[in-house]
Amino acid sequence: MSILHLVNKSPYERPSLETCLAYYQAGDAILLIEDGVYAAVNGGRAASGLQGLDVAVLGPDLAARGIRQEKLIDGVKVVDYGGFVDLAVAKDKIQSWL
Amino acid sequence: MSQTKKFLYVNRKAPYGTIYAWESLEVVLIGAAFEQDVSLAFIDDGVYQLVKGQDTSGIGMKNFSPTYAALGDYEVRKIYVEKESLEARGLSLDDLQHLVYEDEEEDWAEKDSIMLVSRAEMAEVMAEQDVLFNF
Repeated sequence: MSILHLVNKSPYERPSLETCLAYYQAGDAILLIEDGVYAAVNGGRAASGLQGLDVAVLGPDLAARGIRQEKLIDGVKVVDYGGFVDLAVAKDKIQSWL
Repeated sequence: MSQTKKFLYVNRKAPYGTIYAWESLEVVLIGAAFEQDVSLAFIDDGVYQLVKGQDTSGIGMKNFSPTYAALGDYEVRKIYVEKESLEARGLSLDDLQHLVYEDEEEDWAEKDSIMLVSRAEMAEVMAEQDVLFNF
């Protein structure tokens, strides 16, 4: 039973992502939205924990925060709102890490 | 009966996930209008507020980041950004807006408002204030 994990908090303000990663299993995916997108910035302390996982970032939230795609770690997908829906449909359930 | 106090606004939140950053900026502008000695500090996620190139057209929120460039006109000239907070987030000064003010004592020459300081130096900046406001 695959899970889409939603993380909307900055990894530097709250441990939501850290907790999420402890529960991530093969077949799951993580979508970073709102302040959660900061986790995918290359060179940041939080980015190393995402290596090798299925991670997507919501593009409009990146743009709002002035983060260009080339600033992200390799392997991260940037999706729009339609892509958000596609991910939600592709997984069996959603876990929101507030 | 005009006593100027040193006000430091300490910003610790990212700009759009919560309303803190915007509220701080509004209070800063009010404080500056009352001719207080205003400084701003950006630590932890607060450093994200100054990242250049913000485009909120896709999230239905006002992009208030251009307002930081107006701070110089309100005589807000001391903007302290903490080095450790930038580095932990994979950022450097090059990722931030270039904020300046005009120095009337040097023929209105443009000077940098942003000062990159270490955590220890930031502690000293806090120590010398009369009032601290945290956002």
